[in-house]
Amino acid sequence: MKQEVKMYNGRFKEILKTIIKDWRLYVLLTPMVIWFFLWAYKPMGGLLMAFQRYEPALGISGSEFRGLGNFQVIVSGVYSSRFWSAFRNTFLISLYGFIFGFPIPIILALFFSEIGSAGFRKITQTITYLPHFLSEVTITSIVLMLVYHGERMTGVVAQFLYNLKIVPEGTKIMDTPNYFKPLYIITGIWKEAGYNSIVYFAAIMGISPVLYEAIRVDGGNKLQEIRYVTLPGMAPTLIIMIILRIGRMLSVGYERVLLLYNPNIYSSADVLSTFEQRIGIIEGVYAVGSAAGMFNSIIGFALVIAANFISRRVSKTSLW
Amino acid sequence: MRLNRSEIIFKIIAYAFVGIFAILALYPLVYAFSASISGKLAYEMGRIVLWPEDVNFIVYKEIIYDKMFWISYTNTLFYTVLGTMWSMLISVTGAYALSKKKLVGQRMFNFLVVFTMWFSAGMIPLFLNYKGMGVDNRWGMVIAFGVQAYNIILLRNYFTGVPKEIEEAAIVDGANEFQILTKIYLPMSKAALATVTLFYATSRWNGYYWSRMLLRGAHQQPLQVYLRQLHENYQKLVEYGSDVTIPYAADSLIYAIIICSIIPILIIYPYIQKYFVKGVNLGGVKE
Repeated sequence: MKQEVKMYNGRFKEILKTIIKDWRLYVLLTPMVIWFFLWAYKPMGGLLMAFQRYEPALGISGSEFRGLGNFQVIVSGVYSSRFWSAFRNTFLISLYGFIFGFPIPIILALFFSEIGSAGFRKITQTITYLPHFLSEVTITSIVLMLVYHGERMTGVVAQFLYNLKIVPEGTKIMDTPNYFKPLYIITGIWKEAGYNSIVYFAAIMGISPVLYEAIRVDGGNKLQEIRYVTLPGMAPTLIIMIILRIGRMLSVGYERVLLLYNPNIYSSADVLSTFEQRIGIIEGVYAVGSAAGMFNSIIGFALVIAANFISRRVSKTSLW
Repeated sequence: MRLNRSEIIFKIIAYAFVGIFAILALYPLVYAFSASISGKLAYEMGRIVLWPEDVNFIVYKEIIYDKMFWISYTNTLFYTVLGTMWSMLISVTGAYALSKKKLVGQRMFNFLVVFTMWFSAGMIPLFLNYKGMGVDNRWGMVIAFGVQAYNIILLRNYFTGVPKEIEEAAIVDGANEFQILTKIYLPMSKAALATVTLFYATSRWNGYYWSRMLLRGAHQQPLQVYLRQLHENYQKLVEYGSDVTIPYAADSLIYAIIICSIIPILIIYPYIQKYFVKGVNLGGVKE
């Protein structure tokens, strides 16, 4: 026993010694640690309010404990219809985003790698990456004006859709629930598809040319080449990207939705993060809002861990 | 190298798809510019589809004399320049420390940073924390925002890859950690530093939601908030048709402000493209 304590003290002293010797390293570390403590970890303590009858005047320490009451009103109480509608919308937007949005950067990368003219490739890549760097306000302002339809003005894209009879003449696209999800997903593709292709493009460029030569010698055509060389070569990147996608399945960002939606289309546009924002910050019911947020975060976190676990089992590729 | 038929077809499809995608991606921006310089009548008649008509620069003149535009533009510059410097300072020093094996608790500190990528307190606790900490002014916005785990990990990975021999030689010569960071690591990590600076600067330049929620007073708001507010008001104006006396279309003014807000990005963008392409891939997603 005594010896253990001594050994422990010995190790402790040794650690202390290296800390003193490398004190400069800890000086460099400290600002970041303080920053994360103040602005990321300290607020996590605020999550306690999800279990309280939270009164802003009393704060976390003074408010009454309520157990799972706040979760109950969300899941089956007064907020339940809005909550489940937001839940459904979040899930559907992620799902459609996955079906329509996920393949496009991969296809783009495949095609970029196929383009022989360096000039043409450079120009098209530059253009398609660009919208990623524009703000959500810029992007949504443009989108809203392009599809606008009012007494005095019709946006150019709205007019185009009317002319092609894709949308009935005179429909106010932004006030019609059915059009929100497609619009949201197309906006996302415009903004991010090019930029997201960078990772896949790099993966394709990293595939050894020898493999392509081998399949050519065997008489493979282009599709077989993609099927047997390109896609397997991209597999680790693809898997990581799919894990990331699954992990973010329930976190459709609030900013773009807040900027695009309006009360007429809450039924199809409200997602969990905007539900949390409206209940909590606009209506001021902090406890219920943060219970909704916590529900969202925990499921999201569980999804990342689950997806990572499965992928490590199946393919030996994982985030950690 | 001879191409077989399937390869030729594939190449044609590739050129067509990429070309069309690029045109579609660029179209809204070209249209925005055309709409901003077109005459009111032509615009409201719906005659502008790609090229401008009745070219004039009334709205740009309007913007030049708009005091609020310049105030918000200056604010955005303030947030971008100082905010990026602040974010870089914390990220570079932190990432350097995290990259060192001899750091006691290296794994734990790494975990603490990475964990924030996957779990966040959520909007309401964050909001109340900002409120409680008095983040309602310019300096608050600079200090409390902008440090991102992803960027720290990107820098850390890059620092880990810096060859150790040079560092060891410097230590033999009596250099300390501060000198090693500034004299060896920073000059050798230009691509990573440029990438992360770009990421931070664009996110500061584009920031909207928290500025609008937290800042008191219109004179502190950044350009994005000003643009959005104009848009909200103009939608009403267009609806009720009360802009008959204004010599330009309501949309033209908004498009013009959009153009003004993206010009700095357009100017810097081509020069740093090679860096961020490298940076995105070198960050990887590995913890």
